[in-house]
Parts: sequence; C-alpha cells; structure tokens
Amino acid sequence: MSDMADSLRAFIQETFLFGREPDFSDDDSFLDMGLIDSTGVLELVGYLEDTHGVKVEDEELVPENLDSINQIVRFIESKQSAAAAT
Amino acid sequence: MCGIVGIIYSERVPVDPRPLRRMLATLGHRGPDEQGIYVDGPVGLGHARLSIIDPAGGQQPMCHREAGRWITFNGEIFNYVELREELAARGHRFRTRSDTEVILHAYDEWGDACVEHFNGQWAFAIWDERRRRLLLSRDRLGIRPLFTTRLGNRLLFASEIKALLANPDVPRRIDPAGLDQTFTYWTTLAPQTIFEGIRELPPGHNLVWQDGRLSTQRYWQLSLVPDDAPRTEDDWAEELIELLADATRLRLRADVPVGAYLSGGLDSTLTTALIQRTSDAPLRTFSITFDDVEFDESNYQREAVAALDTDHEAIRCTARDVGQIFPAVVWHAERPILRTAPAPLFLLSELVHDSGFKVVVTGEGADEMFGGYNIFKEAKVRRFWAAEPDSAWRPLLLGKLYPYLPNLQAQSMAYRKAFFHVRPDDLADPLFSHLPRWEMTSRLKSFLSDGFRSATVGQPGYADCLATLPESFADWPPFCQAQYLESTIFLPGYLLSSQGDRMAMAHGVEGRYPFLDHRVAELAGRIPPRLKMKGLREKYLLKRAARGLVPDSVVRRAKQPYRAPDAASFFPTGDGTAPAEYVRELLSAKRLSADGLFRPEAVEPLVRKAARGDVIGQRDNMALVGILSTQLVVEQFIRNRPGKGDSHLLCEAPEGPFRQKVTVPFSQPNNDLPAESLDTASPVR
Repeated sequence: MSDMADSLRAFIQETFLFGREPDFSDDDSFLDMGLIDSTGVLELVGYLEDTHGVKVEDEELVPENLDSINQIVRFIESKQSAAAAT
Repeated sequence: MCGIVGIIYSERVPVDPRPLRRMLATLGHRGPDEQGIYVDGPVGLGHARLSIIDPAGGQQPMCHREAGRWITFNGEIFNYVELREELAARGHRFRTRSDTEVILHAYDEWGDACVEHFNGQWAFAIWDERRRRLLLSRDRLGIRPLFTTRLGNRLLFASEIKALLANPDVPRRIDPAGLDQTFTYWTTLAPQTIFEGIRELPPGHNLVWQDGRLSTQRYWQLSLVPDDAPRTEDDWAEELIELLADATRLRLRADVPVGAYLSGGLDSTLTTALIQRTSDAPLRTFSITFDDVEFDESNYQREAVAALDTDHEAIRCTARDVGQIFPAVVWHAERPILRTAPAPLFLLSELVHDSGFKVVVTGEGADEMFGGYNIFKEAKVRRFWAAEPDSAWRPLLLGKLYPYLPNLQAQSMAYRKAFFHVRPDDLADPLFSHLPRWEMTSRLKSFLSDGFRSATVGQPGYADCLATLPESFADWPPFCQAQYLESTIFLPGYLLSSQGDRMAMAHGVEGRYPFLDHRVAELAGRIPPRLKMKGLREKYLLKRAARGLVPDSVVRRAKQPYRAPDAASFFPTGDGTAPAEYVRELLSAKRLSADGLFRPEAVEPLVRKAARGDVIGQRDNMALVGILSTQLVVEQFIRNRPGKGDSHLLCEAPEGPFRQKVTVPFSQPNNDLPAESLDTASPVR
C-alpha cells in the first residue's frame, strides 16, 4: 500500500514487535492481537504527530481511529486533508 | 533463622559428608553463627545456624535419641512455649529451651499432624530412623523456602536452590515451563521452579520420602469464605486488633533484640504500634528512603517515628545503588524478577545487620489479607463497569485508581475498556481480577527465542493456575477470589521470597510477619468482603481497627505502592555514566545468542530505547528487568556452578564495602538532597 502504511509497519515492528516480522493484515485490530497497551497508544500517537505533522486531539484517541494500519492511514489522511482545506 | 540441607538414599548407600558440606557452604549468609552436619549411613542432614532462640542449647541437627529422630530446622515456632507446656504435661521431657526440640516432641506426640499445632514460619526435615522415613514440611503461607531434587535413588533438599546446584551431579538447565510462568504470573507456581528437575515444596504441604517413594500432602489451605453471622463492624474490628496484638506479641519471642521495619505505610506502622504497646523496651526501627520523590515515603516515616517514639534509622537508596547491587540481588533471589523492588530491601537488611539486629517484625501480608491492593479495587470497578458496559460514568472510577500511572490517565474510555477487559463474558471467569495483569505480562514472551518460545507454548488459558484452585473456588465472592490468587501466587512466589526471605537472609536477618499468623489469615477469610473494601476504601476494617493506635495522617494517607526505579537503574541518563559492564555484557547480542533464551534482535531495540531514557511504560520496564535478571540467573547458576571457587565473579561483592552507604538521620527533615539525584526519575511524556 502507501508509503505511510509501510513506515507504520516498520514503526510497529520496531516498537511493539521488537523486531519480529508483522504477520497481520492492514485491517487486523491491534487490540485483538494484543499488540498494544496503554503506553503503546501514547507511543503510537507520539510517532504519528512527529512523522506526519498532525495533532491528535484527546477525543480522537479512540480505537476507531488507531486500531489498525488502514484505520490509521484513513485517520491521518483525513486530518491532513482537513488541514489543507483550511 | 537458618539454612538447611540434606541428602537421603533409598538404599543403604552411605552419604559422603563432602557434598553435604559443599551444599552448606553456599548458605553461609543464612546461618553465619555455626554449622553442623549429621551423617549416618544413607542419611545426611546439615544446618547453618543464625542463633535466635536458646543460643547455647539449640544446636542442630538435633536429635531425640530415645525416639531415634533427627531434625534440621529453619524458622520459628512462635507458640513453642505453650506447646512445650502441653507436651510436658503429657510426659515429654525436654533437655533444652529451644523451639527445635519442641518440634521433635510434637512429632513424637502427633506424627505428621504436628504441623497443625504450630504457629510459625518453618521449613524442616525430620529423619525417623526406625521407620526409615523422612518428613519435610513447609509453613502454611510460604514464609520459609524449601527445594528438592531427585537423582535416581537419592533425594536432595535445601533452603535455597544454590545449595542443590552446588552438587556437581545436579544438572543445571533453565526449565522453559518455569520461564513461561514467570513471564505470566511474575513468579513460578510451586512446585515448578525456573530450573529443570528442581521442585519447590508448596506452602502448607508436607513431603514424605520412604523407600525411595515421594508423597505430598496438603495440610492447610487458605479459605476465604465469609461468615454471614450478624456482627457489627466494631465486633469484627475488636476481634481483629486483639488477634493482631497477640500475633505480634508471639513474634517478639527471641533471645536476641527484635527490631522492626517502618515504611510509613499503615501496616508496618500498626505492627510497630502493637510492639510499642506490648513492650517497654526501646524499639529500633528501620526504613528505606529514595531520592526520587516518585518512590520516597520519608515524610510519612518521620510522622510515624515521631508518633511512636522509636529509635529510627533509614538507608537512602538511589537508582545507581540498585544497578550496582542487582547481580547480588539476583544471586540471592535465584530466579528472574520483573521489578527491581527487592534491591532496596537488600540494602535495608544490610543496615539491620550492621546495626547488630537479626530479627525484624514487618507489615507484609496486610494488603493480601485485608484488601489493600489496587488490583482488588481495579477488579471491583471493572466488574461494576462490565455490568453496564455503555455507562459513561462507571469507568471514570478507573481513573482514580492509578494516579501514579500517567500513561493510563491519558487514555480514552474505549481504550480503557479494552485494556481492562470490561466484557460481560469475562465476568464469570474465576481469574477475572488478574486477567489484565497476566495478559500484559505475557506479552513479554515475544522476547523469547523461537526455540524457547515453542517449548513454552502449552497450557492455554492459565490451566496450570486453575489446577491449583480450591474445589469451591467458583462459588466464592469475586473479591475473595482475587485475594486468594494474590495470596497464593504473588505473596509466596515473589513478596515473601524474592523480596522477603531471600533479601533479608542475604544479610542474616529474619523477618517476622504478624499479618501472616495463620489465625489472622483465617479470621481474614471469615470477614465479609464489604468490610475489607468498603466502596473503594481499601483496608476499611483494618483502618478502623488501627484507629487510635497509629497517627491519623497515616490512616488517611493515600496508599502508595512500594516501588523502586527499574530501567533507570541500569541506564543512567543525564549524568553521562555508561551502564555497568555486566549490563552491557549480558544484554549484548553475542551473549544473548550464546545463551539462547532471548532474541537479540528484539532485545537490541529495547536496550537502545533504555539508553535514550525512553523506557517509560510498565511493559518495557518489566521486559528490561526480566531479561536482565534472567541473564543473571544464567550467568550465576548455569554458566557457573554455585559454590565452585570462581563462580558468580560478576556479582558477589568483593571483600569490603562495594558501595558508599548513606544512612539518613531522622532527627531533622531530609529536604536537602542533591539536585542531581533527581535525574533518576523516569521521564514521563
């Protein structure tokens, strides 16, 4: 898929899988796979903010936005297009 | 308090005293005062003694000649005075004033059931010459340790595993099942240990060896079945405080002075107050302070000291100290640990020892018995929430539980729901209270190497734990289920061992625990859970019982879990110091590959993260401490044989002080700490 998805996978591989090859699809839930914990959510948000220049609001900190590769890509793209439109 | 060892053959093979001496030599820290061995044909018993009761008459191994019995015993039978009278009235004649001799006569009178008469903390072996039978026993709650291993027609036992491994015939291998349990429950589940072939006698059990056959009997089990009789809170509180006072009184019996740990929390303040009420003698108390305000409780300690008028001394513990002594801590704990919290207790027992004390009373066990832990509160809130999963306000209660975990505070409801297993389906699970903790811990297994990981994939759904539960467990109130899991897994497997017996005995100090008097535990089992935690007020009944005995500020204060700096102890950031050599060596890719337990490519990013000071969450901290301590176990117990001249080079303290000891005067406020010491706090994003 996109560059964004590739770099996300690399981040997840390093941060949550400690180097293990990701063996899940872009729609698989991080929570269901036991991939992410409370610290992990914050690490993920920190990464997205640093890498994609977006600001994730508290109310956006929900699994609907952040729980799979595809959800994150959609979420970031909508943030970016909203920012571009203003 | 002491160390015990033994070798028994099932056939008439004579025991060689040399391996027995070699085993005993590894337990010198437990019993520095004298050593004794007894060898007769196929039986050899050894004892390293810390003399506390009847120093002149209590030498061991001790025999009851007329009956043909020998004993080697570690621990205390606190009601030995009453038992001695009872046995004397039944015609028993005593030669000494020791509790050891009382055990021999009690065995004479009641056989294996003698243990049911004991109020104490013990691990002992009785060799019955005439029946050619060995009885091993361990106290009800697992205060004193006992390990065994079987080599063909031979049984070896010892207070610590290192004594077994000192025997060259005993194989030294990490057991994948033990590692798997450690990275699930934070401890192994007895009889499982971290070493292949080595078994731990579970608390509340006897083990008999006769004709080469082993049989285990449980003689006691914690029962948490509330008593529904109509009783007022005052009735319960009164019974509780009277029993605690008696439990404390019995634990002051010693022919040497008894001191106390005073942490500034409710439990040790209460036990200290009860000592003060019982005895007019000046009382010495001891505590740990931290430079890091995240962990320090010295303000409360100062209040308690002032209110109870004790002669107090504290030792200051820094992250750097933890990093320096950690190899010695693991050498004594003999198992991987996921937190560094035992390390400061190692320093504390050194302070007690250097102050000339061998015995301390401590407050351990109150949180388990009377409902002090956050995990109990958490389970209550989760249960409350799961009943109405869509409730907007029920989960807000979770935010109150962990004010010291900022990462969790930042989470949205949806995430909290997922992390805390708030699903109606989970409600009927008997392990409900502990599922989030065990699940989080199990994630650490992704660091295990493929070979090791596949060897550990077995027991799905916590089958090993479920197998140990009492028959009626499913019918117990959920609060009692949570208490049972905490009191039978974490308490003996970690708190009383890695953080208790092993850290105190590292410096020849015996801990005594009034809250773990079995009568107190049995009373706690009968108290209705609604009085243990009223709403979300933890230890409600205990606080009520303590009123008037401990300062109000200590009763009212928010509970602070005892913790110590983890990753920051090994990777100092900000002051330019490099990690200690052993940390670099044991976590290097080369060493990890050679040892084969962990994946170097997984550990390497974690180490890099720690070096940057970016290890912020529980998972990373536990992973780092767990991996490093496992590597230290391998280094000190597998690569090197304990007791062999050149073993544990990496860790045993060289002669003389290996650390600058800082004790803190308690006569004046301690607010002039050097600013640089605050750098050890974990950064929080």
